[in-house]
Amino acid sequence: MNPNEKMDIREILKDLEHYRPRRMGWTWRTKVPEQKIGPFTYKETSEPLKKSIPLPAAKYFGEIDPQPDCVITTEIASGRFEDDIRRMRMAAWHGADHMMVIRTTGQSHIDGLLEGTPEGVGGIPITRKQLRATRKALDLIEDEVGRPINFHSYVSGVAGPEIAVLFAEEGVNGAHQDPQYNILYRNVNMQRSFVDAAVAKKIMAYAGMLQIDGAHNANATAKEAWKVMPELLVQHAINCAFSEMVGMKKENMALSSVPPTAPPAPALSYDLPYAVCVRWLFSDYKIRAQQNTRYIESDTREATVTHVLNLLVSRLTSADVQSTITPDEGRNVPWHYNNIAAIETAKQALLGMDGLKEMVEFKKDGPLPRMVRELAERAVLFLEEIKEIGYFEAVARGFFVDSGFYPERNGDGIARDPQGGVAAGSIVERDKDYMAPVCHHFGYNNLPKGLEKPCDLIGGCTLCNRDKIVFIDELDPEDNVDKRLSRVEKDLAAGFIKPEVQWAMDGYITLTMFIPEPERVAEFAALEIARRLGLEEAEVIHKGIMHPAEGTLVEVKAKVPFAISRDSLKIPEKPEILSEEEIRKEIAAHPMKVVCGTVGEDEHSVGMREIIDIKHGGIEGFGIKAVYLGTSVPVEKMVDAAIEEDADAILISTIISHADIHRKNMERLARLCAEKGVRDRFILVGGGTQVTNELAVEAGLDAGFGRGTKGIHVASFLVKKRRELWAQGKGKKSRDD
Amino acid sequence: MQRPSDFEERRKHLAKLSDEELKERFWSLARDIVKPLYDLAYTHTSPSIERSVLLRMGFSSLDSQAIVSAAEKRKMLGKGAGHLVLKYAELKGTDYISAGKELAKGEGWDELKAAFGGESS
Repeated sequence: MNPNEKMDIREILKDLEHYRPRRMGWTWRTKVPEQKIGPFTYKETSEPLKKSIPLPAAKYFGEIDPQPDCVITTEIASGRFEDDIRRMRMAAWHGADHMMVIRTTGQSHIDGLLEGTPEGVGGIPITRKQLRATRKALDLIEDEVGRPINFHSYVSGVAGPEIAVLFAEEGVNGAHQDPQYNILYRNVNMQRSFVDAAVAKKIMAYAGMLQIDGAHNANATAKEAWKVMPELLVQHAINCAFSEMVGMKKENMALSSVPPTAPPAPALSYDLPYAVCVRWLFSDYKIRAQQNTRYIESDTREATVTHVLNLLVSRLTSADVQSTITPDEGRNVPWHYNNIAAIETAKQALLGMDGLKEMVEFKKDGPLPRMVRELAERAVLFLEEIKEIGYFEAVARGFFVDSGFYPERNGDGIARDPQGGVAAGSIVERDKDYMAPVCHHFGYNNLPKGLEKPCDLIGGCTLCNRDKIVFIDELDPEDNVDKRLSRVEKDLAAGFIKPEVQWAMDGYITLTMFIPEPERVAEFAALEIARRLGLEEAEVIHKGIMHPAEGTLVEVKAKVPFAISRDSLKIPEKPEILSEEEIRKEIAAHPMKVVCGTVGEDEHSVGMREIIDIKHGGIEGFGIKAVYLGTSVPVEKMVDAAIEEDADAILISTIISHADIHRKNMERLARLCAEKGVRDRFILVGGGTQVTNELAVEAGLDAGFGRGTKGIHVASFLVKKRRELWAQGKGKKSRDD
Repeated sequence: MQRPSDFEERRKHLAKLSDEELKERFWSLARDIVKPLYDLAYTHTSPSIERSVLLRMGFSSLDSQAIVSAAEKRKMLGKGAGHLVLKYAELKGTDYISAGKELAKGEGWDELKAAFGGESS
């Protein structure tokens, strides 16, 4: 793929019938201990990517982009896989190598497989075609970034065994599988859940998939989430012990372990002992460090801080897979850029804490080991009580997701009827002559004697011979990817642009505004503002009370009712920058002097100093002589000084600008120079956070420089502009001549 | 069930265990709890399991669904759906994929049932 071109979804959809996944099973990152990257030596990183987008601050560190040692997950599920694929590419460039695809609402209750590419709600309908197209796209993406990407979804619900076969056939690398999840949160009949799970797990084991369990859901559901810590240990243990008995290797099982609480609780004093306890009891298993979702609401900043604390727990203990939850999870189905935000939060925090464990260690006595022991004891007592009555009876009595800190019980757990639930009564005892002529089939199987493998009876099963897999393209003539793509392709091909948060041309934008009114008034004022701006389907997605009377922060999402034509845009050409060497050479041959200062009533000098000072890479570094007049300089004084100093140029800066002062100052400078008859003699440059080149030129100056400007940009412009003036017989030098 | 915390009382028998003994007890209890679940799974099957067998045999999801539903209705799932298909192929002297497709259409079930000598459990 060409990094400057969008993925061709139509191309990916071509010839899917013959697509074959290039591998099965999970891939870990290749760790590189003591890795030297830029000026640093990292302790906990892995092989670098071929192509990636580093953290924003990397520009100060030679654009390095170290990759942490653990796999980083992103959860992508918009309901349209063709749009998810594009998001996966963005996510991979930012460092995600585990694409977790959430299923559409209700798929866990569908007794069978879905086919085709119908649109989903809150996730995608998992089908063979969707998996195949996504895996094929991920092949391209992993080649582009240079690191294997794990593809993941869910082997749960009442079609678990079929989904497991489908995943094994289609090269899905990891999956959630935990019968307890079915029982507690999906009300699937408990016998059916365990009977199905055994078959599903055996197939997953064959395919080398990484299994992730579902224990974290207890934390996300319980009323007082941190009190379920003993139960979380119990749920992990039940799924692990069952999976192992069925034949899954311990190293292919990852515990979905979540720090149970969040501020304003003193989170670390719970989360850390819990994390240590999990890693001690489950020392042979992998840890998928899930992030806390229990307390996420609409504040993305709050969610991010909680997640950074979760990452601190990961670094202080361990994480094989670091999950990331999008900071907008509490508001809506995640949006493109929030996946990226979450991935960057993980990368930034993990890199920032690289090597932390070499400097700190846990105390051998005190609250930490005391609580670790206590949690383990509580979990053991929990298991003892379950063993007494049996697992099914324990579920029936509401043992699980009770908000009491075990052995305390509050009677608010989730109770399920062993004879009830979805698909109750659907399991059947295998007869003496039960037989299944396929490989990797769990359970009693009365196969004829003397077979090398079970599928010899049928000349090979799909796990041994992929050519036997039946690919169904589409079942619904309306609800499919072709129809969806057709609806947007014409506009895209015609060069129309619309903002997007999850689906091509969805048109959503967000507006952030502070309204100096109480919450309720602010909310409706914000909606009215969106309406008057001509936006459609406006909805308040976040409110933050700054003060009950003084005001409210409101974030609104709304649809833009128009598209922009790419061809109609007037995009100024990006100025070419001369090389440092060329600038230095020219200044050495023809010295240049500039007069500069911060004009008006402005005491800020930071921006201007950055442009001038040699230590900040400013213009002095190229040999340009800068006469700095300081701050709050009247514009008149700037012009007089330039005449007196016989300068080549005048540089003015306005950092803090109220009431358009920056524009007025620039206009005043141009006017004064014209009045004094020196406009052609000086190069006039304006700068400041709100200045743009267009604005400055409109105000009568030669150039303007805004945020992110470096000395070289200004120096390059000055040299080029002076050449231009000289060619026209203008400028200082021509007068001297 | 509501119960105030009796942790101090309840934990007495654990107090003397070393950390390693406690961990061992944790795992031995977990294994004890799941053993009956394992046994249940070992001896039982389900519609989804049987469809997963048919998928592995090279049937489409649609045919698998139809065959298993028909077998369920006739209480023949305990034989194994793959077994039913192979048996029918044998009866008809045809390849098993064609046999399965016939069963998916609802054909041949009476014959098949008779061949197995009636219902399974």
